[in-house]
Amino acid sequence: MNPLRLVRARPGAPFTVTFDDRALEALPGQTLAAALWSSGVTAWRTTRGAGRARGVFCGIGVCFDCLVTVDGLPNQRACLVPATPGAVVRSQAGSGHDE
Amino acid sequence: MSERRPVLAVIGAGPAGLAAALAAAARGVRVVLTDSAAEAGGQFYRQPARGLGARRPRALHHQWRTWERLRAGLDTHLGAGRATHLSDRHVWCVERQSGSFLVHTLLGPRQTDSVAVRADAVLLATGGYEKVLPFPGWTLPGVVTAGGAQALLKGGLSLPGRTAVVAGTGPLLLPVATGLAAAGAHVVALVESAGPRGLAHSARAWAAAPAKLAEGAALAARLALHRVPVMARHVVLEAHGVDRVESVTVAALNADGRPAPGGERRLSCDTLAVGHGLLPHTDLADGLGCRLDGPGVWVDAEQRTDVPGVWAAGETTGIGGAALSLAEGHIAGRSAAARLTGRVPDPAGWAPAARTRDRLRAFFSALDDAYAAQPVRWTEQVTDETVVCRCEEVPAGAVREAVGALGAGDLRTVKLLTRAGMGWCQGRMCEPGVAGVAGCAPTPARRLLARPVPLGVLAAPAEPQAEP
Repeated sequence: MNPLRLVRARPGAPFTVTFDDRALEALPGQTLAAALWSSGVTAWRTTRGAGRARGVFCGIGVCFDCLVTVDGLPNQRACLVPATPGAVVRSQAGSGHDE
Repeated sequence: MSERRPVLAVIGAGPAGLAAALAAAARGVRVVLTDSAAEAGGQFYRQPARGLGARRPRALHHQWRTWERLRAGLDTHLGAGRATHLSDRHVWCVERQSGSFLVHTLLGPRQTDSVAVRADAVLLATGGYEKVLPFPGWTLPGVVTAGGAQALLKGGLSLPGRTAVVAGTGPLLLPVATGLAAAGAHVVALVESAGPRGLAHSARAWAAAPAKLAEGAALAARLALHRVPVMARHVVLEAHGVDRVESVTVAALNADGRPAPGGERRLSCDTLAVGHGLLPHTDLADGLGCRLDGPGVWVDAEQRTDVPGVWAAGETTGIGGAALSLAEGHIAGRSAAARLTGRVPDPAGWAPAARTRDRLRAFFSALDDAYAAQPVRWTEQVTDETVVCRCEEVPAGAVREAVGALGAGDLRTVKLLTRAGMGWCQGRMCEPGVAGVAGCAPTPARRLLARPVPLGVLAAPAEPQAEP
């Protein structure tokens, strides 16, 4: 069983987003966090202090752990931002303004 | 020209907000329902994104018929022009003006443009969010809140990992474990720190809410069906891994609430879904000056706050589940509609909802007592190196130093000395953990704004749009 089969989903055509120059497949309507999780990616940020890996934590926009750079804009919450075709997603280091 | 209908802004489109919107729109009020999600439903009725084409979304839900009734009711009012649904709007502040309110919202998903809506009254149905207490390893990727795991599954049809442990305490863990298992995850264990003894002792509460007893029994049956082992009176001591969680150590608790010697076990998993109950979202109420009662917003029998023109319903007034939220929302919507149209509300009209409300409030109060009946000395398991404030990466040792060596006696002083709670989330995630480690009373934080707002928006707040 998988979630798509469980709800008998007929998703729209999958599309590609790039994550750190890697092509990942996403389904229409998924948030970036859901698309990354579905591709087995669980970490996409390193912290400002100790440089530790982080990914999604609260999943509903409260905790800010899932920050990511999307199309050049840093500090986007992956759990709120929908995946869109061709989106360029980069893992974020520190405050997102270091580069 | 027809007489202008008074406008009620309902903030939050979960069970409480929907019930309130339906009740008010049916009684002569113009409802503007504002919500941060793309679809109505809130966390409880979070819907799979439309693009995913779910033909049987009910497989991930409870009380689907109630949702269908709410959805159809909303559609009817939308179609008749009695209600407007503003989705993807993140309310960051509600401003009181003479005789009216300005609801300031950021447009999603980027949340950089602000739009204001004027209303004659406001109904807060902002729900709650997960409380998570810190433990070594809780910042590792792959550790998610129980509600977050559910949100990824319900909304994105994405499983957070293949092999999951669900841990913590509270009633939410059961549907999360069964949902993950039904969707194909291997749920290694449900680790619940409360013991069966405490829950059995609340027989009086269960008897008062037979529907809840049936719901609990159904969830227990589903756990058994999916062969999910339940480890009651157990806790996760530590999550292990380098770049992500690979395993967890769980331990049995003795009567003192401490790990029993020799009672430790290691469980392999790629996901740990963890939660220790829920907390009400009270930022907007706080900003409006509404009095709080414990962690939630204080309301009277009509669901009015102590600020004229402001109602509150659902988990923002205290955690108690969807059925209680529906009852409170219904009462709040009827009360607001009556008062806005110059009538005196007649409580007899909502007597059944009031009885449901009273019964469920008593039930959840007893359930809280049952879950808290046996101690869990969780702070003793938090090592000095454990990060307690995730955003500012403040370790527990710094909090202990602030209290011990520097003499901080309250949460605010701890925050000023350590920066715990000053990061992106403004203490929403770390407050209970920092308070516990510091041994201070958890005082509600005062946050002026309910969402982070670009400075440009603050400098030039939006003027209200034309009548919705």
